[in-house]
Amino acid sequence: MTQQLFWSLISGSFVAGVAAYLGTLMLSRKMAVVAGPLGHLALPGVAIAIIYGFSISLGAFPFVILGVVLIWLFEMRTKLPMEALTAIVFATGVATAFLFLPVDEAEAALVGNIMNVSYKEAIASITLSSMVFLIVKISYNRIMLINIYEDVAKTEGIDVKLYNFLYLLSIAIIVAFGVNLVGGLMTAALVAIPAAASRNVSRSLGQYRVLASLFGVVSAILGITVSFCSKLPAGPVVILVGATIFLVTVIFSKNS
Amino acid sequence: MGKLLLEVKNLKVGFDDMVVIDGLSFSVREGEVLTILGPNGAGKSVLLKALLGLVPHEGEVVWHRKPRIGYLPQGMNQLTVKDFPLSVADFFSLKNVNRDQVLDHLALVGLDRNVLASKAGHLSGGEFQRMLIAWVLVTNPEVVFFDEPITGVDVGGGQTIYSLLHSVWEKQGLTILHVTHDLGIVHAHSTHVLCLSKIGHICYGVPSEILTPEVLRGIYGTDIKFYGHQEGLNR
Repeated sequence: MTQQLFWSLISGSFVAGVAAYLGTLMLSRKMAVVAGPLGHLALPGVAIAIIYGFSISLGAFPFVILGVVLIWLFEMRTKLPMEALTAIVFATGVATAFLFLPVDEAEAALVGNIMNVSYKEAIASITLSSMVFLIVKISYNRIMLINIYEDVAKTEGIDVKLYNFLYLLSIAIIVAFGVNLVGGLMTAALVAIPAAASRNVSRSLGQYRVLASLFGVVSAILGITVSFCSKLPAGPVVILVGATIFLVTVIFSKNS
Repeated sequence: MGKLLLEVKNLKVGFDDMVVIDGLSFSVREGEVLTILGPNGAGKSVLLKALLGLVPHEGEVVWHRKPRIGYLPQGMNQLTVKDFPLSVADFFSLKNVNRDQVLDHLALVGLDRNVLASKAGHLSGGEFQRMLIAWVLVTNPEVVFFDEPITGVDVGGGQTIYSLLHSVWEKQGLTILHVTHDLGIVHAHSTHVLCLSKIGHICYGVPSEILTPEVLRGIYGTDIKFYGHQEGLNR
């Protein structure tokens, strides 16, 4: 096993596992769709990173933060459904990116660049996704209660603004690394598919969280390994492994 | 009756250009059971939210001490929870309570401990509503706000839930503020009643004294046939 493959596998597993864990909250909040526009908004940042030759996640991060602020403002300022905002933000992100980025250099932006992840990027993604995991683990029950009924959470003395901020910050970090793993167009899938698959077969919150993370990690490991052996791009394979797991869980679904 | 707990003076709540509540004043003492009565759209749920500080308002809402509060909003029902893969045990774990407290409160509402492993979304309507009541009470609140807690529960189930609340109220000295449409329950279980109506007709007092047919007509408009069966209960 080459050292490059080792770093790709480790960083891919961490990002996919934590994205899936976070996804269990996003799915329950019907907000999985938010990870989509965030990934798309990251595209201009990815374009800049490719043109000037620095880390994709680093380029994506400021744009994802901008996206979080925008979504937060949109949600407060308008009564438009999130899906409508998604369409607007999607087009803006993609259009801006391709204004600058030559199409023949767009592959990394579209399907990710995990197979060439540098040692530094891998360390950064492992550290930050572990941090996100801790933040989410500590605040999980409170965010879940906010998701179920915000007013009840408030009367229980939960600082809703603080937890919404932590939640969005976690999403921003994971999306920035997700863009490097599967590209700017498919980050929503990284968050949504394992959580959806897990919900199909879970009887309790504990199962739901563990299985989602496991599905995320398995998708990353299988996807990256298949990519290594076949030279297919890793990002799409990771997503398709996840989709296959989802299809299998549909057969065993306990929610019919 | 107990000490003065909550004073509301000249409360005004509105959204955009519409005033929902205007010039409302009343007070609540410790241990009271206050029913908020009125037709749809009279501002009952909004009033609860204003008292809880969840919606902006003018006028004064003065809590004389800071009690532990339990709140069961109208919109919190099985549909809200069904989206989540939560077992009953998971649902209780969202609050920081230990297993003994949970078991005690399940017993209190007449639910078997076996329901802990069931998915909350799979309980029957009546079981689910009882579980919600247990869930609100599990943190031992001193004041509870219930917004139509027996919606979707059949007549017998509703009576059971209120009998249960009544016994908790007697044992633990709860203060209860609740919204209901069931006048039978108002008479059987309330110490005070506050009526709201769309035209600002407001009455406040002891149920047996103020809930005359004339007052009810004033609150709900001319059609009081809807309440005919309830009057029979209270004769």
